[in-house]
Amino acid sequence: MIKRLFVAALVAFALPAHAELPIQKVTSPGGITAWLVEDHEIPFTALEIQFRGGTSLDPAEQRGGVNLMTALLEEGAGDLDAQAFANARDALAAHFGFSSGTDSVSISAQFLTENRDQAVDLLRLAITEPRFDADAVERVRGQVLSGIRANLKSPEAIAANSFDQLAFGNHPYGSNGDGNEMSVAGLSRADIEEAFKGAISRDRVYVAATGDIDAAQLGALLDTLLGGLPAKGAPLPKRAEWHLKPGVTVVDFPSPQSVIYFGHQGIKRDDPEFFAAYILNEILGGGRFTARLMTEVRDKRGLTYGIGSYLVPQDYAELMVGQFSSANATTAQAIDIVRAEWKRLYDNGVTAEELAKTKTYLTGSYPLRFDGNARIARILVGMQADGLPIDYAQTRNAKIEAVTLEDIAKIAKRLLKPDDLHFVVVGQPEGLPKP
Amino acid sequence: MLRKLLIPIVLGVLSVSPALADKVTTFTLPNGLEAVVIEDHRAPVVTHMMWYKIGSADEPRGKSGIAHFLEHLMFKGTKTVAPGAFSATVEAQGGDDNAFTYYDYTAYFQRVATDRLDLMMTMEADRMRGLILSEDNVTTERAVIIEERAQRTDSDPSALFGEQRRAAQYLNHPYGTPVIGWKHEAEALTREDALSFYRTYYAPNNAVLVVAGDVNPDEVRAMAEAHYGPIAPTPGLGERHRVTEPPQLAERRLAMTDPRVAQPYVIRSYLAPERNAGAQEKAAALTVLAELLGGNSTTSLLARALQFGDAPKAIYTSAYYDGLSLDISDFGFVAIPTPDTSLADLEAAVDGVLADFLKNGVDQTAFDRIKRQLRADEIYARDNVDGLARDYGSALTSGLTVADVQAWPDILQAVTPEDVLQAARDVLNRNNAVTGWLERPDAPKVEVTQ
Repeated sequence: MIKRLFVAALVAFALPAHAELPIQKVTSPGGITAWLVEDHEIPFTALEIQFRGGTSLDPAEQRGGVNLMTALLEEGAGDLDAQAFANARDALAAHFGFSSGTDSVSISAQFLTENRDQAVDLLRLAITEPRFDADAVERVRGQVLSGIRANLKSPEAIAANSFDQLAFGNHPYGSNGDGNEMSVAGLSRADIEEAFKGAISRDRVYVAATGDIDAAQLGALLDTLLGGLPAKGAPLPKRAEWHLKPGVTVVDFPSPQSVIYFGHQGIKRDDPEFFAAYILNEILGGGRFTARLMTEVRDKRGLTYGIGSYLVPQDYAELMVGQFSSANATTAQAIDIVRAEWKRLYDNGVTAEELAKTKTYLTGSYPLRFDGNARIARILVGMQADGLPIDYAQTRNAKIEAVTLEDIAKIAKRLLKPDDLHFVVVGQPEGLPKP
Repeated sequence: MLRKLLIPIVLGVLSVSPALADKVTTFTLPNGLEAVVIEDHRAPVVTHMMWYKIGSADEPRGKSGIAHFLEHLMFKGTKTVAPGAFSATVEAQGGDDNAFTYYDYTAYFQRVATDRLDLMMTMEADRMRGLILSEDNVTTERAVIIEERAQRTDSDPSALFGEQRRAAQYLNHPYGTPVIGWKHEAEALTREDALSFYRTYYAPNNAVLVVAGDVNPDEVRAMAEAHYGPIAPTPGLGERHRVTEPPQLAERRLAMTDPRVAQPYVIRSYLAPERNAGAQEKAAALTVLAELLGGNSTTSLLARALQFGDAPKAIYTSAYYDGLSLDISDFGFVAIPTPDTSLADLEAAVDGVLADFLKNGVDQTAFDRIKRQLRADEIYARDNVDGLARDYGSALTSGLTVADVQAWPDILQAVTPEDVLQAARDVLNRNNAVTGWLERPDAPKVEVTQ
């Protein structure tokens, strides 16, 4: 009865909430561009900066260099040592975050309108004149090494790292960007300087701002903040070759539960069939309770707390991967179900009802992402790094709507490779080949 | 150069508009349902949350985990909504939904486009009283929560150690029992356990509705009256009185080893007062104390003393305190040693820092900086309306009122260095604490220094 009610409601609410996102493209007097959404309701600005390259710029022997360098940017700059820098930042009540990823180094900053210029000056110091003081290097190196040792004991990290190693071998994608104990121990100050010069430059920077700032103010800010950076950084990485063979790799780990990381090759973000692939994955393993993997492995059988699959279009390789945990006794059964779901989707595609519901979800939830200055700035930088047009937010839902059942059936045959799946199992699973 | 620039700013007073309080509206329905509406018109989005004043600390003895298990089972349907259809409907509307359980509350939420709010209320009202459970659904979902426990707790020595430490901290109060339940008890929970808990505690007079986003308070009120108004309250629901702790007379220490430990650490928690309605001053002083001692990885007292200098003993230090709790809370610190420092040496060094602090008092510059940051946090917090919704929901289910939530920033600003020092003297007493060492079995055995 109420099911009907819901259908009626669906029709009544069929118009998706509109994403009002007046994005301006701002070009500074010095020629640096940024995307801006002005919102003067709260007196602060969220600024997001991304440099393409990231930890994949590391030479093999200096693995972890970009990561350590990035962590050191807030540990002293100009005439301020680590303590003085932190005191200055906190006195302004500004928030700075520096992080490195596989394909980028990211800087997130939030600062109050009333002291914006001082906050930007301080941030400029960090990204143009970092000190890399010896004591700071040793302190942060100790923290990074601690994290690396923790990863050696974390079943989730062991599973992901093993999968990457098997898939990408000696390419930077084949190892964790934090580096390993030996490579990080061996990083010299010169290595860190080199990583800095290679990773932080104007030829690879994307910028977005949201909040209490106008175009003229942002233009001036861009030149102040980024004008002094070197024009050109290190050569970007090459494409990563795929080495992973189908099968199961068990890594022994003493735990009542196994962690399973699995997948095969994926699809490029700019592939014409990307939207069909995106919907396909959403139906199979999207992060929702009604996705097929969640329904089959959790809801019907109680074999896991959560399971999902993800398209990971990176700059130099594409993956389709998933992860879950299950009791050692039920891991083999759960893996069989994942394989069967892969095959069922490959063979039969999706139903018209699944497609319609998933489209409603994806189009309805899209505008929900744009709530808050910090979130919007992050999204805008991601759009630029993905090479999307500035009006993407207005056209994206139409692209989702345009995907047909035939498109899904076609991409299922192209993307899903049930026989190619590789499962890395970290634990002591029953009924699987011993390591 | 920059240093000079900064001086006038440190002295300047940060101006904060009282805008947030103006955007919060409250009302109570005749059946006892309290409601809070938080307006944020920047995006056409609304978060709809139903908070129940019932958490794991309200469970009957021997039934640990039932509050959390019931939270899972609340998605298993009613007369009008099939099992799983609740989430499916939210998703079909482009929304997200989930739920969470803690010691003092259980909460359900959906995040949807504003024009779907009415439908969310229809469904949430429907399951406040109309849950239907089949034995099959209960059996399967019990396996899910056991998997959840295995993933979050049993696979993680640090989480297991946390359970042991809380059990030692709270000899008598149910805060010593894990939210997810002891494994042997969670495995034995039944359909009837869940339903009996549900029938008593899921009622409008035991709930708080929080609606945050692009909404008009009058419209929300009308909608709430239509959907939640007709639901009958549970008669005779009394005050929430849990058993209390006996005086702690002896220091408590735990040492645990596990081969899966990646990084040994020492952690200590002291019993500490919580925020109470109309009396949040001690909690405010403890909040500032935690910031001073270990709220910042570079400038806090513990970081400066133990992570910097010629022979640092720690690679990480932090102090923590959360005053949001219906009953007594705890104040603590954690420190991770450098590879050549023993836990005994590290613990002694932390105690040295605390002793110096009690002797020397509060550094005024650091104190002023923290005050400014707390003030600025109010501005940044307004960017996240979901977070604000959680602040109100958790406060109102932890014994506080809307007035307490709104007074909290000013109470924090009114804290003096003397208040902080007095709070430290009251709380930092090892006879009031549990100290834990987590190590690998192969770690060199060192005598516990006393």
